[in-house]
Amino acid sequence: MMRIAEALEAFRPFREDAVVVPGRGGRYWVDRTTHPELDVPLGDPAMGGHAGFGLGLALARPERKVVLFDSEGDILMSLGMLATIAEQAPANFYHFLLDNEVYATTGGQPVPNAKNIAYDKLALAAGYPRAHAFDEIADLARELPAILARPGPVFVALKVYPEVENAPIGRRSRWQTRSRDQVLKDLRGGLGIA
Amino acid sequence: MRPPLGICRGEVADPAALQKLSLDIGQHRPILRDAAPVAYGFAGIVRCGRPPLEMPMSDTTAVALSPETVLAQMKQNGVTDVVWLPDSETNWLYLLMQAEPTLRLVGVSREGHACSIAAGLAAGGKKPLILIQNTGMMESGDSIRGWLLGLNVPVVMMVGYRGWTRHGVTTDTAATYTERFLMAFGLSYYLVESDADAGRITTAFEEAERTRRPVVVLVGDEYHGFNR
Repeated sequence: MMRIAEALEAFRPFREDAVVVPGRGGRYWVDRTTHPELDVPLGDPAMGGHAGFGLGLALARPERKVVLFDSEGDILMSLGMLATIAEQAPANFYHFLLDNEVYATTGGQPVPNAKNIAYDKLALAAGYPRAHAFDEIADLARELPAILARPGPVFVALKVYPEVENAPIGRRSRWQTRSRDQVLKDLRGGLGIA
Repeated sequence: MRPPLGICRGEVADPAALQKLSLDIGQHRPILRDAAPVAYGFAGIVRCGRPPLEMPMSDTTAVALSPETVLAQMKQNGVTDVVWLPDSETNWLYLLMQAEPTLRLVGVSREGHACSIAAGLAAGGKKPLILIQNTGMMESGDSIRGWLLGLNVPVVMMVGYRGWTRHGVTTDTAATYTERFLMAFGLSYYLVESDADAGRITTAFEEAERTRRPVVVLVGDEYHGFNR
């Protein structure tokens, strides 16, 4: 397993001018990013929708890589989205999965059949042309440049340690530094569509 | 509100007035937020107990919403992407959309997916339209809340109004809860039933842009123009 922060750190040097949707990795990305105007840290607008949002962005901006850090809880809620992504097949879409096997924001309860699901195989079966799975950060770091150099869509499942939050939501410290409105406004500015 | 005089009494004293009435059917303002559920603003026609089909119509297009009209509305309003899941009214429209080079069709397997996809498309500068059925809209509640309302997405949702009847007797619970659902979410909506109502689709687009919110168009034309 790897830490989410390690995975994001491995990705950071290869980001270039990609749009990054950090999903549930957002709290670990805000301090690492060098292009916040191209980040879309929305937190959790509604569970299960990050892949759809990433797909929409990728379809809207085909000239730009879109990198999504999804979670297994979200994916399990929207498995059919994999079929839609595979059908649309945006060549600029890089779909990473942070699989900690639990619902970390609600105390760490396991997701259904947590230990036995092969998300990379699910993606392939849904029609993604390429998929990978990594348990160790060294393996991910070694393969990342090649993964990002090839066209998408590609699915990259990462086993990460659960970093569980137990405090009531109202007592958690906010990691977001911008409102969602501001995030989207900055994005449009960064993409030149303001 | 126009008094339903002639219709109630079965009189057609003024054909011109009646023609005007027929064109106004479905000029169904966005339902007032404080209105009772299923309190349709149909100028008394429903309360009259007289089916509107008894009114003279010049031809069938006056009582049907043609898919060509819907497609024309999409193009007129600059729609780039239709995020959709088929419902019982959309087969012919689907064929037309497929043949339209300016539209991209993004098919989903569950209606809630359409909300986040549309949010991403809009964030990237596109103009999506969501095309689903009322059953799926109700399934999509949290996605509408989080992805559309939460991100202020100016999108029109065309929603097939399964079970809709003008006769006041609703036997399909999909229709029973549709407008109640919309009111609960505070979503503005317009009903279209025929080509004469098509301008209301543009009104919905304009309202969505102005308010930066999703606006719903209820398609109450089951098994007519959409399904030839």
